[in-house]
Amino acid sequence: MSITYLDANASEPVRPAARAAMLAALESVGNPASVHAAGRAARRMLETAREQVAGCFGAAAAGVVFTSGGTEANALAIHGLGAGRRVIVGATEHDAVRASSTFGTTLAGTTFAGTTLAGAAAILPVDRDGVADLDALARLLAEGPALVCLMLANNETGVVHPVAAAAALCRAHGALLHVDAVQAAGRMAVDLGALGADSLAISGHKLGGLQGAGALLLAGEPSLTPLIAGGGQERGRRGGTPALPALAGMAAAAGAAVAALGEQGWLTALRDGIEAAAVAAGAVVMGAGAARLGNTSCLALPGVRADTQVIALDLAGFQVSAGAACSSGRVAASHVLAAMGMGELAGAAVRVSLPWNAKAEDAERFAAAYVQMAGRLLRRAA
Amino acid sequence: MTLPNRPIYLDNQATTACDPRVVAVMLPFFTEHFGNPHSAEHGMGRFAEAAVETARGHVAALIGADSREVVFTSGATESNNIAIKGLARQALRSGDARRRIVTVATEHKCVLESVVDLAEEGFEPVVLPVRSDGSVDPEAVRDALAVPTLLLSVMAVNNEIGVIQDLAGLAALAHAAGALFHTDAAQAAGKIALDVEAMKIDLLSISGHKLYGPKGVGALYVRRRPRVRLASLFSGGGQERGLRSGTLAAPLIVGLGEACRIAAGEMAEDERRIAGLRDRLMEGLRRAIPGVALNADPARRIPGNLNLTFPAANAQALMAAMPELCVSTGSACSSAEVEPSYVLRALGLSDAAAARTLRIGIGRFTSPADIDAAAAMLERAHAIAASHTPSEA
Repeated sequence: MSITYLDANASEPVRPAARAAMLAALESVGNPASVHAAGRAARRMLETAREQVAGCFGAAAAGVVFTSGGTEANALAIHGLGAGRRVIVGATEHDAVRASSTFGTTLAGTTFAGTTLAGAAAILPVDRDGVADLDALARLLAEGPALVCLMLANNETGVVHPVAAAAALCRAHGALLHVDAVQAAGRMAVDLGALGADSLAISGHKLGGLQGAGALLLAGEPSLTPLIAGGGQERGRRGGTPALPALAGMAAAAGAAVAALGEQGWLTALRDGIEAAAVAAGAVVMGAGAARLGNTSCLALPGVRADTQVIALDLAGFQVSAGAACSSGRVAASHVLAAMGMGELAGAAVRVSLPWNAKAEDAERFAAAYVQMAGRLLRRAA
Repeated sequence: MTLPNRPIYLDNQATTACDPRVVAVMLPFFTEHFGNPHSAEHGMGRFAEAAVETARGHVAALIGADSREVVFTSGATESNNIAIKGLARQALRSGDARRRIVTVATEHKCVLESVVDLAEEGFEPVVLPVRSDGSVDPEAVRDALAVPTLLLSVMAVNNEIGVIQDLAGLAALAHAAGALFHTDAAQAAGKIALDVEAMKIDLLSISGHKLYGPKGVGALYVRRRPRVRLASLFSGGGQERGLRSGTLAAPLIVGLGEACRIAAGEMAEDERRIAGLRDRLMEGLRRAIPGVALNADPARRIPGNLNLTFPAANAQALMAAMPELCVSTGSACSSAEVEPSYVLRALGLSDAAAARTLRIGIGRFTSPADIDAAAAMLERAHAIAASHTPSEA
């Protein structure tokens, strides 16, 4: 049985350009902080990666802080920008943001890793399509200085939030906006300057790079207290020897992904084909009314538990997931779908996310397998 | 002398080349094995997860730990931050009244900064001096621990001078005073035998790229019996039992595991060979440059490190005169700084002597020919640089 990978939102397959960049970096020996020839070569590689990442996402190279991944980048933003502010967090944010922003409230003194946040986090609701409610945001912003965390595209549904409009509201109220663009980067145009956000997080392995690399992109050069101290790397904003091979891979992957953005239509067409077949078989598409990433589909099958579906599809050779990978081990209903008011459907949805190298025949075979599974499981549920 | 066609790399305390065998085990993760190790629902995720767990076993075996005591991080800097800040913040959370954290002046910056930064959160950092040979004075430690203390953190091997500390003795002192013992073993793992059980170590930090693994990965050993509880540095998906959120970097972790596996098998032979190269270099330099002095304890040190004060030439001028030889003036993180090394100052070296000092790091891939070429380059560079360095008198 062949294995078909349709879980790109958990990790994208590594892009050839990223592989080449990582191999080159693995062959060089220097520490980018060393001043000798080997160190300078490593430093050039690191700074080239920084410029490439900055260029791909509309940031300045000096505003790019390399991290170990998206989670650390999100945590660094909240830690660095949230001091003295109330955090307003989107209801469908990834756990990396939800946990960081509410971390303070689980401690007696509402401190997050040494940062004092002003009170408990407020939740920004979404509508039934999963889109952030900007009227609600305006009301929340009126209550005082805030840091707003709103993801650009959701990891489970692919729903795209109106981030530029949220940024304008934030500016009008003197609030800061942090954008988790981990899923959006490489799958839609992402430009920090055009969005008008204060910071933006990306992750290497969601772009077709390696796990273990990420970045926080900052507008301007705000002072930023490091989360990981020591050594003075990354202009004192993040200690530790940078993960050169993984970072070079992330930059090369970003370059390749962004260059291919104009020709994404075929991927969306494959996704739409899957959805048409699934809906005909009784599935409900989550967030169908919203703008969504072209590679992502969240399909609910009324009355059929998500894990049952995932196991059935795994046995048929299709690798999909019931939600975010980090929470896959748990049997909780998706907080994203719950926030959208999906009720019991929240425990009955699987995420199908097509990788950058998806093939038409794989999508067609998946659609057929899904229809067959839906028929069988819906009969049993009835 | 003919110049080599590639620089000779003698800066193995800054970073080491990734062993080709390590690269080889990582390569499949750059192609077919790209699954997210937390995607337990499908085969590709489970494959990555199994590879991570095998690596965890290799890391544990290198230090005599149980696999469940190994937490993967992005490197030793993060491991040190988690160990020190995590223990302190957990103490705050659990109502522990102790606030003192003791470390020493020659620690890596990330340990010193972590300890000192905790003052802002109400802790009492104590930074002890070292003796002129680089060792920690047990009496000074005992005195510092007379005040109820949370943690004693002392590095296993110093990154600039290569001195090995008495970990078992220091751990015993810490435990006698009711404190826990953490060691930054970034320079020690794979170089000297480490056994967290025999040495009674509670927390131990490891770096991948200092033992011929990739950059961007490390580990923290956290004792289970009795259990050491830590607050996480940042939260998220709750990976690594909630202590370290974020998708595990499976390819890098697999590389770290292989690096540890190789080190466990080859460490003794590697270090014997490296000691031979070190002696060869030292003899050559003593003949060529009379007055060259080895800093810190000549015996209790890893074979791969020579920290040398030259009689007449400034270190910056020396390095400028031999661009094909990669050595350093101290820790890589502070290489670009003009300040004299705080480690050398802590040994009592004058600023003038510190400015004439180079760190030379010999490693697994150093050849006898590299050593002979390096000795010749240093001799020639010293003659050139001495003429540009004003004499001290």
